[in-house]
Amino acid sequence: MKILVAVKRVIDYNVKVRVKADQSDVDLANVKMALNPFCEIAVEEAVRLKEKGIADEVVVVSIGPKAVQEQLRTALALGADRAIQVETDDMPDSLAVAKILKGVVEKEEPQLVILGKQAIDSDNNQTGQMLGALTGMPQGTFASKIDMADGSVNVTREVDGGLQTVKLQLPAIVTTDLRLNEPRYASLPNIMKAKRKPLDVTTADELGVNVARTVKLLKVEPPAERSAGVKVADVAELVDKLKNEAKVL
Amino acid sequence: MSILVIAEHDNKELSPATLKTLAAAQAIGGDIDVLVAGEGCQAVADEVAKADGVSKVRLADNAVYGHFLAENLGTLVAELAKDYGHILAPATTTGKNFMPRVAALLDVAQVSDIIAVESADTFKRPIYAGNAIATVQSEDAIKVITVRATAFDAVAAEGGNASIEAVDTVIDNDKSEFVGEELAESERPDLTAARVVISGGRGMQNGENFHLLEKVADKLGAAVGASRAAVDAGFVPNDMQVGQTGKIVAPELYIAVGISGAIQHLAGMKDSKVIVAINKDEEAPIFQVADYGLVADLFDVLPELEQAL
Ligand SMILES: Cc1cc2nc3c(=O)[nH]c(=O)nc-3n(C[C@H](O)[C@H](O)[C@H](O)COP(=O)(O)OP(=O)(O)OC[C@H]3O[C@@H](n4cnc5c(N)ncnc54)[C@H](O)[C@@H]3O)c2cc1C
Ligand SMILES: Cc1cc2nc3c(=O)[nH]c(=O)nc-3n(C[C@H](O)[C@H](O)[C@H](O)COP(=O)(O)OP(=O)(O)OC[C@H]3O[C@@H](n4cnc5c(N)ncnc54)[C@H](O)[C@@H]3O)c2cc1C
Repeated sequence: MKILVAVKRVIDYNVKVRVKADQSDVDLANVKMALNPFCEIAVEEAVRLKEKGIADEVVVVSIGPKAVQEQLRTALALGADRAIQVETDDMPDSLAVAKILKGVVEKEEPQLVILGKQAIDSDNNQTGQMLGALTGMPQGTFASKIDMADGSVNVTREVDGGLQTVKLQLPAIVTTDLRLNEPRYASLPNIMKAKRKPLDVTTADELGVNVARTVKLLKVEPPAERSAGVKVADVAELVDKLKNEAKVL
Repeated sequence: MSILVIAEHDNKELSPATLKTLAAAQAIGGDIDVLVAGEGCQAVADEVAKADGVSKVRLADNAVYGHFLAENLGTLVAELAKDYGHILAPATTTGKNFMPRVAALLDVAQVSDIIAVESADTFKRPIYAGNAIATVQSEDAIKVITVRATAFDAVAAEGGNASIEAVDTVIDNDKSEFVGEELAESERPDLTAARVVISGGRGMQNGENFHLLEKVADKLGAAVGASRAAVDAGFVPNDMQVGQTGKIVAPELYIAVGISGAIQHLAGMKDSKVIVAINKDEEAPIFQVADYGLVADLFDVLPELEQAL
């Protein structure tokens, strides 16, 4: 069985972004970039399925400018076998990403496609579901556990009320939540090995996808800042302030 | 053009997030229809028909919608969508699950998690864990939008008198099926709707110690939340996680206990009206957003707080 994993290059989760002075966007110049944490979990899950002998090949794909090759190499170092970059000038929106991924799915014919539940930059949480609709594949989003069976997969999902389990016929789409696994660190030998693994480059044009945006970014502002309040000495003072000053008790 | 709001419910009761989504729809302006899709959910349709500003309730009552499977619900909504200019649903795990499918089937973008309506095509939404607010304008003929419920004040639950019309379309699929669920049973108010939330972090040390928080919560009528670290460590279940990738809350009072204040946690609670932080490390970043900070050991503070309330 082949697994396709979609990975996105995003700002490192430890970095607090700043808005550009002209409010056109956030300032990503010289900030540390990384593999989206949910995509890291997706790669880990695919690699574990391969280690268990359930999958025989793990292909990773990323869409974006040349820089995304860095994250593809990271994914290869974590154990993926082969990588595909779909080159675009900037980051296309989720629907375009989903259309491109559909093109890749048609070529590669994976039995399972694993994506992150959300990219921590746009916080959109939609690409996997869109890919599901475009390909007609069933989806198990926000997965905290997956059990492969013959021709199907059971996905336990983290939902607002608790946990829900669905059974999906393969080929299927899974999007990862935080509890699915704890990704490994890439070892130095694996990072070296990753440099020699195959990485193919294709384009959205070659896949016949138009990446025009229908949503325009008008401006980006910093959020209303909260300022630090006061320190209270003890519980009595805290309760007094909450009752008489903040009036929330 | 009119607006279709997809109701969130459990087949028995309407979720408060729907009334807040209706407020976003009113801000856009136009006739508002509500779709109630589920199984044995007539009571939900009756309830939402009374909400302020609803023109018509469309009721799709069929076993195929009973568990809100995205494959069925997404296709149903996409079929109904052609009559509308906007499709809105709350940005809950249910809304996030099926709405992007609706958008893709209609070949339009989705605008996720809006926090303000600027005009019928322009919206504000948080990006980068709420560290930036984007204003976006959609050129799509049908706008598919999920709404951050905490950013809108609920419309009145009573006073309206909308008609209820049955939707006969039955969409089923043979690729996905519901197997089971484990839902958290709690007498406490819902985390995302509670007036007071008290959350515990890694500092709680184990799940047992969450009883200390629960006792305070009982006194306050509060919901209990947690940081990711507390969920990952298995102290409490996933549905209690507050943050960028968990639940977004904005209560009148949020009390963070043994939580350091990572940006991902702050993203889920910093719109609370009053924030209290209890932490033994006076350098903890949570104090930078707290209105009232108490530098102390939580194991001393919680029993005292319970007594003092
Ligand atoms: C108006 C507007 C303007 C924007 N401008 C910019 C901009 O200037 N620069 C910029 O960097 N971003 C920009 N974005 C964000 C960009 O469009 C997103 O990267 C895009 O929407 C793609 O995915 P997502 O973050 O929505 O995915 P989500 O649905 O949040 O991500 C889920 C998963 O989808 C997969 N995935 C998502 N994107 C990719 C990808 N590119 N390759 C492979 N897998 C992927 C991953 O598995 C990921 O975990 C903008 C967004 C909007 C709405
Ligand atoms: C992709 C991604 C998504 C994430 N999403 C979320 C999210 O949605 N929500 C979320 O919360 N986190 C999220 N995180 C994790 C986040 O980065 C932090 O790791 C997490 O919030 C830390 O939890 P904590 O504050 O409980 O633990 P810690 O950072 O370990 O803090 C524990 C605090 O408890 C205090 N303490 C310890 N003992 C006591 C005591 N006896 N009395 C008083 N104080 C005490 C300590 O001083 C410390 O400040 C995410 C991370 C990533 C990478």
